[in-house]
Amino acid sequence: MKNSKDFEIHHFYQNYLESQNRVGYKPRNKTTKIDYEKIGFMSGLEVHQQLKTEKKLFCNCPAGIFQKDGQYDAELVRHMRPTLSELGEYDGTALMEFKTKKTIYYRVAHITTCTYDVDDTPPFKLNRQAFKIALEITRLLKSFVVGELHIARKQYLDGSIPTGFQRTGIMGIEGFLPIRNKKLKIIQISIEEDSCREISDIGHTRIYKTDRLGMPLVEIVTYPEMKMPNEVVETAQYIRFLTHSTGHVRTGIGSAREDVNVSVRGGARVEIKGVAKISRIADLTHNEAFRQVSLLEIRKDLLERISDLKNWKIEHKILNGHQVEKLIKEANGLLKKGHKIVVANLPMFRGILSFFNQPGRMFSDEISDRLKVIACLERPNMLHSEQWDVDLNELFDLVRKKLDAKNEDAQILFLSPLEDIATALETIEERCKMAFEDIPVPNETRKSFANGTTMFERVLPGADRMYPDTDTVPIAICQKFIDEVDKELPKGVDIRLAQFIKWKVPKDAYIYLLSKNLVPLMERIINDFNYNPKFLSTLIAHRLKHIQGQIKSASQFDFDKLYDVCGFVKKECLHREIISFMLPIVYEFPYMDPESVLREINFKKHDHEAIFSLIPILIEKFNQITNSKNPDASFRWMMKELKPMAIGNISMTELAKVIRKELINE
Amino acid sequence: MSDFFMGYKGKAQEILKKYNVRVWSEAKIDTTRGTFQGIVLPRSENDDAYHIVLKLITGYNVGIAVETIQNMVGNGYKKANYKIPEREFPVSKDKKNIKLFGTGGTIASRLDYRTGAVIPAFSPGELYGAVPELADICNLSTDKLFAVFSENMGPAQYKVLAKAIGDEIKRGIDGIVIGHGTDTMHHTAAALSFMVQNPPVPIVLVGSQRSSDRPSSDAALNLIHATKTAADSDIAEVMVCMFGSTSDEYGLLHRGTRVRKMHSSYRSAFRTIGDIPIAKVNRDEIVPLRHDYKHRRKDRDVLVTPVFEERISLIYYYPNMNPDIIESIIDMRYKGIVISGTGLGHINKPLYPAIKRAAEKGVAVYMTVQTLWGYVNMFVYDTGRDLMSIGIIPAENMLPEVAYIKLGWALGQTSDLEKVKEIMLTPICDDITEREPYNGYLVYQGGIPEVEEFIKNFHK
Ligand SMILES: [Zn+2]
Repeated sequence: MKNSKDFEIHHFYQNYLESQNRVGYKPRNKTTKIDYEKIGFMSGLEVHQQLKTEKKLFCNCPAGIFQKDGQYDAELVRHMRPTLSELGEYDGTALMEFKTKKTIYYRVAHITTCTYDVDDTPPFKLNRQAFKIALEITRLLKSFVVGELHIARKQYLDGSIPTGFQRTGIMGIEGFLPIRNKKLKIIQISIEEDSCREISDIGHTRIYKTDRLGMPLVEIVTYPEMKMPNEVVETAQYIRFLTHSTGHVRTGIGSAREDVNVSVRGGARVEIKGVAKISRIADLTHNEAFRQVSLLEIRKDLLERISDLKNWKIEHKILNGHQVEKLIKEANGLLKKGHKIVVANLPMFRGILSFFNQPGRMFSDEISDRLKVIACLERPNMLHSEQWDVDLNELFDLVRKKLDAKNEDAQILFLSPLEDIATALETIEERCKMAFEDIPVPNETRKSFANGTTMFERVLPGADRMYPDTDTVPIAICQKFIDEVDKELPKGVDIRLAQFIKWKVPKDAYIYLLSKNLVPLMERIINDFNYNPKFLSTLIAHRLKHIQGQIKSASQFDFDKLYDVCGFVKKECLHREIISFMLPIVYEFPYMDPESVLREINFKKHDHEAIFSLIPILIEKFNQITNSKNPDASFRWMMKELKPMAIGNISMTELAKVIRKELINE
Repeated sequence: MSDFFMGYKGKAQEILKKYNVRVWSEAKIDTTRGTFQGIVLPRSENDDAYHIVLKLITGYNVGIAVETIQNMVGNGYKKANYKIPEREFPVSKDKKNIKLFGTGGTIASRLDYRTGAVIPAFSPGELYGAVPELADICNLSTDKLFAVFSENMGPAQYKVLAKAIGDEIKRGIDGIVIGHGTDTMHHTAAALSFMVQNPPVPIVLVGSQRSSDRPSSDAALNLIHATKTAADSDIAEVMVCMFGSTSDEYGLLHRGTRVRKMHSSYRSAFRTIGDIPIAKVNRDEIVPLRHDYKHRRKDRDVLVTPVFEERISLIYYYPNMNPDIIESIIDMRYKGIVISGTGLGHINKPLYPAIKRAAEKGVAVYMTVQTLWGYVNMFVYDTGRDLMSIGIIPAENMLPEVAYIKLGWALGQTSDLEKVKEIMLTPICDDITEREPYNGYLVYQGGIPEVEEFIKNFHK
């Protein structure tokens, strides 16, 4: 008996590993451009960038004030109901969300939320500040600006917006962003309101807070033309440089979020939602691409096995009794009061449930995700016949017997309140059937995790969810307004990059300088005080960045302080290297005057002669303390001894030259 | 031809004509700003004549400035097919028969491109498609009496509605629901309270504060509450059924003579003034909040009095009001005036001669209070006594709009001012109440700690 158990465990784990091989999954750093070409990797981005405005987009609540989860003054409840689109059809997502029957709670703080936000008052006039910034970004992306902004209602039935729709409108279409030696093409740029932040989503209850709701965003959508994960990362980076270069967007955690579309040849467009960290995009797109390949492989298997696809269906039974309960309890204690034990047989699905899906995930997780989202069954929500983490042999022997299952079938056991059973069974059958459809990758949005994997979030909505907004009037974008915005437009990212190459800025400094929009500041320092651009770039992007990681500034650090410090050093005829030593103090105490900063680091003025005069004395001292005849050792020791006194008074390169000369002379 | 250029006028229409591009065709438009492609949509008639609306493939609409257009090519024709999925409304013997009268409010709706407004959907099949829960509550039949916006409801409609209700009751209906725009719902509720007295079944007015073309609309739940009330409640009165809080939780049943819309847009805009509502209703039950309501009966003895004198006026008094307003009302041969006065029912001295003249000319003049809560009391100050002596009749705690409707209805029955007075001051369905209960006046003030605690813990 024991042997057969071991065999079973071995068997499905083996299956997982073998299927991973079949799919051709490798870690990202071992995957080449050719590998991605082979599977037909394609990706596009939707970047959501918050705009720096005082108020929200359609009401006069302050933007950018956030409440903690427990901080709220009132709570209200809504249910979302699908409505007809402008073209007269119900949207797929809408129907799914309606099926889930969620009760949505909004936790409202008076300071961040008004009756508009919770849909009890019609919208106020569109925020002009946001409108202008959106146009600025539209112009930077060289798009076709529309003649008139029409606000649309984009349905979201998940409750993330209390109205059930997001107000959004197109500012421009068909732009591009020049990167390196190609043009990255843009589909459209829109201005829209941000959504609520989710507090929790358990069972039939979802809770949101409304602080972020209604804050103005731009959404930038690229064509799906990126051919490998690193390219997607790079693109996201460039878009961030561009939006930040205006100086009119919010920065910091959560201020920019990317939705990433991925597909492979034979697969379908899947959208990974709300990725807040650009660096995560690489693994997420990589894993998603191979998830799709795995679904394509599964389809091949199923087509071979199942002859009558049309009539394929699951069988189910509701079990009860002491024995089955005992076995479940032994497995993982899934039992819940009032929940029924439901088992389903999936004909011809043996080996599919344990098929590789993503690192650490298998096909069964696709089903489990949907049970959570659509049928509102909290995870862990099921057991299945191909698990190897717990011993389920006895339990599933019983299940197979009850279901009259055949050897080539697979089984799922789940627990559910009576009223959710029908939806749960429908959900299981629906997901299984998708596995052998012509395109076996369901159009869906997926939620991302830090480890690079994703889970089902909802069905991908189509154009059917768009409605014109009957509460707002179109806003003309006239040439005069465009000209006005053009006058203040920052330089394009491509021009900045050319400038970096001319300045000999090290590559690893690009991201920091561009994303913080520091080039205009550098230009001022270079022009006014004649600093070396390369020195300045490393001073900021290496030294200051390092300091930011080590020290907490008393307030939001104002980069303009750098201008003052550089000016001071220039005026006092100090050597620029002193700035590196001043920076930690300047960063920690931004209001301290430069003289005090110098005192703080014990700087004293010495002329060159005074420093040089110490060299012979030090040579003598070195010879006394050591027998080493290594000239390098004495050089290094002397530099170390003289540095505190010399820094700021003389360049280290010059000092080194003089010491070496003296050593040779000696 | 107008169909070809729906809503377009002036320059925009000219350019469509010039390039022979019609509404609903797939167009490619070259402009100085770039090339745009999409379906040409009708334009809202209120919008300007300088833009063409395109629906892009992404589902978004954009406007193209006519002055930027260099060339345009139109192809094909794809008219949107608005249809609310229609399914036959299931009928079952053990469910009550409910009649839904439509007046033009939006219970379920679709969009009208010309105005950008929503068009109501109404047949039982359409309603069943949009709100399938209705079939669990009742057997529904519908009758669209008129299609007017709330602000256009008036005496002519009140009379038609009252007669239709009377007829339905005689035919044996179990309950009546009236879909109504919310702005003047309380006027209609008052009118029906007077015109349809002693009904044996519930008569429920319902509407929505958020149109049903949006997912968060209160329309479906309000309709569910209203049909539930009409089918299952024991309350045989004219009522308004609307959200009790902004949350999707429960509705309140307000007596038709004491209800008023108190917010321009809030879901829970309707409030019973100077008293408490009759009951709370949710999907599952109706919970009475008081027990003095009229009960459902088997008989069909309803008294319908569909009359209304239209030459009456409701005046909102303000300091510095000039008597010429009153004078002109008299000169225009109005038969009644309801004044919404300050405080306990006051107006300024310069108006007195005009009021006196009105009384002499046989115009019925009644006083109500613009504070909405509380009674008119004209005995407290001498000025009030003066006013009464020159002919103003205090209308107790009747709401100004209710007094207006009642006066029209009373003058519709008789021009004998003594009889009118008797009708006016005899309470009907609590339009005047003998007493104001302690919890009849509750306007909580935000910011006060205990109130804040209350709104945090209970859904407002
Ligand atoms: Zn607000």
